[in-house]
Amino acid sequence: MTVKALLMTLALDIVLSGLVLGGMYALIALGLTLQYGIARIMNLSYGECLVAAAFAALYLYSGMAVNPIIGLLAVVPASFAANWLLYQIVLMPLVRRARNQGMLEVDSILGTFGILFVIQGLMLLTFGGSLQSYSYLSVPVHILGTTLALNRILALLFAVVIGGVLYVFLTRTRYGTALRAIAVNPDAARLSGIDIHAASALAFAAGGAIVGAGGVLISMFLTFSAAMGVVFTMKALIVVIMGGVGNMLGALIAGLLLGISETAVARLVDPGLTIAVTYALFLSVLLWRPTGLFGRPAR
Amino acid sequence: MRRTKLAAIGAFVAAAAMLLVAGAPAQAQDSIKIGWAISKTGPFAAGAGVTTLPNYQVWVKDVNDAGGINVGGKKLKIEVIEYDDRSNSEEMIKAVERLATQDKVDFILPPWSTGMNLAAAPIFNKLGYPQLAVTANTNQALELTKRWPNLTFWLGLPSEIVDGIVETFAKLEKDGKINKKIAMIAVGDQFGIELSTATRAGLKKAGFDLVYDKSYPFGTQDMQPVLKDAQAANPDVLLAFSYPPDTFAITDTSKVLGFNPKVFFVGVGTAFPMYKGKFAAGAEGIMGIGGSDASLPGIKWYIQHHKEIIGREPDRWASPITYASLQVLQQAIERVGKVDRAAVIKEINTGSFDTIIGKVKLENGLNKNIWAVGQWQGADFFGVAPISKQGAKPVVAKPAW
Repeated sequence: MTVKALLMTLALDIVLSGLVLGGMYALIALGLTLQYGIARIMNLSYGECLVAAAFAALYLYSGMAVNPIIGLLAVVPASFAANWLLYQIVLMPLVRRARNQGMLEVDSILGTFGILFVIQGLMLLTFGGSLQSYSYLSVPVHILGTTLALNRILALLFAVVIGGVLYVFLTRTRYGTALRAIAVNPDAARLSGIDIHAASALAFAAGGAIVGAGGVLISMFLTFSAAMGVVFTMKALIVVIMGGVGNMLGALIAGLLLGISETAVARLVDPGLTIAVTYALFLSVLLWRPTGLFGRPAR
Repeated sequence: MRRTKLAAIGAFVAAAAMLLVAGAPAQAQDSIKIGWAISKTGPFAAGAGVTTLPNYQVWVKDVNDAGGINVGGKKLKIEVIEYDDRSNSEEMIKAVERLATQDKVDFILPPWSTGMNLAAAPIFNKLGYPQLAVTANTNQALELTKRWPNLTFWLGLPSEIVDGIVETFAKLEKDGKINKKIAMIAVGDQFGIELSTATRAGLKKAGFDLVYDKSYPFGTQDMQPVLKDAQAANPDVLLAFSYPPDTFAITDTSKVLGFNPKVFFVGVGTAFPMYKGKFAAGAEGIMGIGGSDASLPGIKWYIQHHKEIIGREPDRWASPITYASLQVLQQAIERVGKVDRAAVIKEINTGSFDTIIGKVKLENGLNKNIWAVGQWQGADFFGVAPISKQGAKPVVAKPAW
């Protein structure tokens, strides 16, 4: 092969592997951008919800021999219902008494910080503290000369489909427009006849359904434990803020961007610098566009 | 008259007081109080939950089922006091202090991990309790045991692990099984950097050629970039100083990539039964730190026994040693014959003990009965180095994925 062809192969390899890693980042961030961007709940227990879904998938797979893809059919609706109830029972009082956006943000951070420990404690009681890992669809797929794992490709596909569908739903449908109206100005939305409590509950629950799907999919290839939720919350937060709070396409693109840059730095410079590049990218995006890649300027 | 009356009352009071004095310790000696502070929540919970806590539970049950610890001819059942240190060293130190001063326990079992044990060492020493720091692995061990005689180390020095690795590879190379090309990756924290630095020096001295040598950040979730470059360097040995999630990811990704070095050596987690459970036949021939001599009757009994009580098999590195250290503690207490912690510390350091891992005799506070390198061969993770150690199995070739 010529040098040019070799470089092309390397570049393609980096982009494809990076897309697959970024797809996972986007997948774990999409639910949070709905919950934070539209329901205006800064959910600190987000990572714990993700790990809970991963445990559910593990339980279905090793306990009842249900494969994780079929398991999605059970975990996603269950996660939707659980998050809807969580919003109605625990978060609604905070929403009702909050006089403004800032107050709700502070209250929801404190409230979900407590929920984090409840969910973590329940998982510790049920499954114990040890690491969990199983393999599903860990088989090689060859695309354009690059070898990738099928389970990770699946996570990327889900991220793209969920992100795309939600983007179309939010920008092209009447109900989606109503949800965006809440995100922009809840008071004005109420005056236009939108039931903001019902719609926010639905957005929060939909975010919960996505985090459920994310938990099931990543459990196929990542090792997890009851204590690991905060790792995912942090990553999701970086992606959401980078992409612009509440913007599906932004989260998707920010996730993929992070994946590609981490992979490129690991291959071309040094794998030890992957975390540094994540934060450098995060910082430069915020310096250049303080509201994120696709965020609107604050009112 | 008055005097005799007074004398009689005095005698009665004295007698009563003596009865009280005699009665109190008799009651206290119905049980022996053993406490521990361990990470049940937080980031250390996973490690403590695999290696340390199950062994404490199995041992307490075993001792109590057998009637208790024989202290001066009387069998005392163990009464447990447990605190969760929440993976926080300050919490752990507070809990240890509380165990000694408020709960007044007779002995304290150590926390999990090198960092926690080093953080606990001054307080254990101040309180005068023996500290059998099984899950601590540090090159400063000798200095520390000299400074704090109550502190003992059980996993061997990192340098002993490095010597075992170099010795194993050198023998394979001499026998013509592998060439001199080695790819080494390490997690970028104290564990990975310490071991990889020492190994790099050892391998270079033995004439090996490090064709890939990189570290990756703690918590990396995608090993593919690192492994692709390691694979491109075409080594005969992949050597990784990794933590359990990375150990699983490195193995899984190498399988997906079809990366088939002749020697596949991964870090912490290789000796976990879960590793064998996850990769099944794929685990055959894979090497890692630790190991055990599964042909010993004690180890055979222990693995089965642990499975019956806890519901899963123990890991094959620190778990058997943890159980053995508790056997040493029990035997030392029984030989001393009373709860005299200074005498028990002396006995632990000087005595010779029969345990599930065989004979244990500490040298300068260090357990010498250790395995540096193990390998999955069939259903067990056998010790293969130090090569000269009794019971060392020869290395088998790793089949391709």
